[in-house]
Amino acid sequence: MLLNEDVLGHLFTGWTSMLRKCAFRVLRVGPIPRHIAIIMDGNRRYAKRKRLHEGTGHDAGAMALLYLLVYCYELGIKYVTVYAFSIDNFKRNPEEVQKIMDLMMESVFLLSRLSKIYLLRVHFAGNLQLLSADLRKAAKKLMENTARNSNLVLTICVSYTCSDEILHAVEESCKEKTEIAGRDDDGQGTHRVIKLVDIEKHMYMAIAPDPDIIIRTGGEWRLSNFLLWQSCCCHLSSIFTVWPEFGVLHLVWVVLDFQHKYTYFARKKNAIVDLGNG
Amino acid sequence: MDFSRQKRMLQYFWIDKIGNVLFRLSWHLVHAIIYFCYFMMAMVHGLESHLISRGLLRKYKYLHISKINYLAIVIESEEACRTSNVIQLLQWVAALGINHICLYDNEGLLKKSKDVILDKFDGAILFQDTHENNMLLDQPCMTLEFVSFSDGKEAVARAANVLLMKYIKSGAAASNLGEQIFSESEMSEALKTVGSGGPEPDLLLIYGPARCHLGFPAWRIRYTEIQHMGPLKSMKYGSLIKALYRYTTVRQNYGK
Repeated sequence: MLLNEDVLGHLFTGWTSMLRKCAFRVLRVGPIPRHIAIIMDGNRRYAKRKRLHEGTGHDAGAMALLYLLVYCYELGIKYVTVYAFSIDNFKRNPEEVQKIMDLMMESVFLLSRLSKIYLLRVHFAGNLQLLSADLRKAAKKLMENTARNSNLVLTICVSYTCSDEILHAVEESCKEKTEIAGRDDDGQGTHRVIKLVDIEKHMYMAIAPDPDIIIRTGGEWRLSNFLLWQSCCCHLSSIFTVWPEFGVLHLVWVVLDFQHKYTYFARKKNAIVDLGNG
Repeated sequence: MDFSRQKRMLQYFWIDKIGNVLFRLSWHLVHAIIYFCYFMMAMVHGLESHLISRGLLRKYKYLHISKINYLAIVIESEEACRTSNVIQLLQWVAALGINHICLYDNEGLLKKSKDVILDKFDGAILFQDTHENNMLLDQPCMTLEFVSFSDGKEAVARAANVLLMKYIKSGAAASNLGEQIFSESEMSEALKTVGSGGPEPDLLLIYGPARCHLGFPAWRIRYTEIQHMGPLKSMKYGSLIKALYRYTTVRQNYGK
């Protein structure tokens, strides 16, 4: 499927657009989450239910993501993180993996066009060494070209698991400490202690604050190795609808639910910061 | 002309003010409806729990408890001091045949009450006193593990220092770009060394006002099912049965 930003045109015209803007204006009376993260589950179930080829489910999922970006931009959500491809997903059949990689390449080209219009910053989080050289190069180029944009930061978790992220952060911290110890000759090893702040700065997700909401579509109630480290004070929302059918009403519901529990989460965040400071 | 411009600006000002008031009223109305919906849902869940407890709903009568090897319970710290509720919950869980349980609250209040809790269960031992995690499932008696926020991120930092010592001893160069130095199993071993290496729970039940794991050790909940049970003070046996039943019907692909 060729993704095209022209398909977004109909989102900005007509009475549905006006109703949506009105609904968002009402929502903005209350606190809006700064960062939402999504586990985009259910593409294959969607294709199976509609009796389509499996790849079509992923195409529909990509379109749903484009629409979500528009909704988040209008609502004023600054950070959006999506779980596009897990390291565990490499175990799927090679045809499906290749289809997803091709779709990701198309998405990179589309996002590079959209980022110029909406000043979108795109970041890829994960072990990019596991991707093909072409995709890795295109992703790095997109990250560099959009590094100065700040209207909305989209983080695409690809070839990602949180356990790999933690391991990577620990490895980088070890290398950093060894390098510093090698340069400083005090012989006392004062720089050879890894602190929590050292690990956190090497996380793939260090670019964004911790998410306020993690949404999982498809009705499942687990995180599947996604943002486990960052979700201490995060509202975990499970939506029964599969990802390609996730729309503006689901987003409105999730934000309303967040607002309903906002006071509790604000209190918890302060408590956990105090715990972290000792 | 200046006067008509001023008049127009004043009109826009009042339209804007009235608009804001209408949006605020709409927001409060929507949230009032949400409160009402949550209240009705709580009533329905309460009724369902009652029917399940009485054994009137057939599908909950037979639980395949053997699927749950390790259960974790997260309790909101503001409620963790309700020791009698915690003990009651553990008695329900033990009566259902689940013997290996991890209790978590982020402030460590449950750790302070562990002696009181252990006293209520004959033969129950602390997880930390079992010598090998691999032997955990073979333990016939109840094992209880008490975990808090310090066993999460801070434990990973301590484990990182264990790995750093290993890295320095191996004499590896600091510039091994792109090479993986440690494996996940080495990380798991390092976490065990610092005393935070418990097994991965199959199911995590959250007792609190919201669905949030409150900092449960990240390394241990990669594929754990997470279910929100509501506040501890209004815990119900029927809701526990329903949560366990739901877990036994879940099928995970683990990424495939």
